[in-house]
Amino acid sequence: MAGTAVRGRLTWQTATVASVLDETPSVRTVLLEVPEWPGHRAGQHLDVRLTAEDGYQAERSYSIASAPGEPVAITVERLEDGEVSPYLTQELRAGDQIEVRGPIGGYFVWEAATGGPLLLAAGGSGVVPLRAILRYRVMVGSPVPVRLLYSSRSWADVIYQDELSRPSPGVSVIHTLTRSHPDGWTGYTRRVDAAMLAQVAFRASAGPLAYVCGPTNFVEAVAAGLVGLGYPAGRVRTERFGASGQ
Amino acid sequence: MLGPGVLDGNAIGGMLMSLFGADMTAATGVCGSCGTVAQVAEFAVYQSELGTVVRCRTCEAVLMVFVEVRGVTCVDLQGLARLG
Repeated sequence: MAGTAVRGRLTWQTATVASVLDETPSVRTVLLEVPEWPGHRAGQHLDVRLTAEDGYQAERSYSIASAPGEPVAITVERLEDGEVSPYLTQELRAGDQIEVRGPIGGYFVWEAATGGPLLLAAGGSGVVPLRAILRYRVMVGSPVPVRLLYSSRSWADVIYQDELSRPSPGVSVIHTLTRSHPDGWTGYTRRVDAAMLAQVAFRASAGPLAYVCGPTNFVEAVAAGLVGLGYPAGRVRTERFGASGQ
Repeated sequence: MLGPGVLDGNAIGGMLMSLFGADMTAATGVCGSCGTVAQVAEFAVYQSELGTVVRCRTCEAVLMVFVEVRGVTCVDLQGLARLG
């Protein structure tokens, strides 16, 4: 077995928490000051490393919630049996420090020059990198049409509610609430399936580019559904977060 | 069918970048067993305390193995016919 450890330019650095913002009862956005941050692209993520007093270290990856040029922010969902997320969502305070490395990723990235139309599909916290894409699109004044299909367990679990309730011109947000919905809800109330995608997604003939992010099961189902609608596999970009833990 | 806990190459983007000095998630790999061509971000990734195993999404053959031994990351890419 070959043994190599080639050092790249990506190194751990200390970030200071500027502020925290609760998005939902189990989701928190953490704004960071990262002195040596080189800038990032919409869709990228960063790694967080926590070190316990006994030296035990845990690393996790979190999508960057902010657009290029905005302060670095991550949005973290608290997992019941998580090692890192309970600390980040409940203990961390402004002024605290954590180690981060990034930005990471060159595949799940969107730039205006890439074009569209854009079909964004989010399962739960999978909406985080897609929100960075939406913010970046507004920032650069891209006219590309966007449809965001966003699956959540309930309305209380919808992250960035205010922002997504006022989408910018050219952006449509379609919610589906899979476990419970408010009285009078007229939207979708089931997990994303082929029929829903056929109604929501841009026609394949329009040459859309899809970004699908969330729990692995969600990503697998949506990606397969889009390919079934005629999207070339190479036009469907995926980012899996693993088991949803719910 | 790969299970719900399986990740993809995005999850090891940081590790790959510190090992190779560049983003590898968009790099193209060719499975040495079935010839499937895919970007690293699309590979199936299995992580445990023992290390990381990366498999072809089509035939599930092992493409890459990463194990950390006393601070050194050992990298086995023999399952790949090509990476670049």
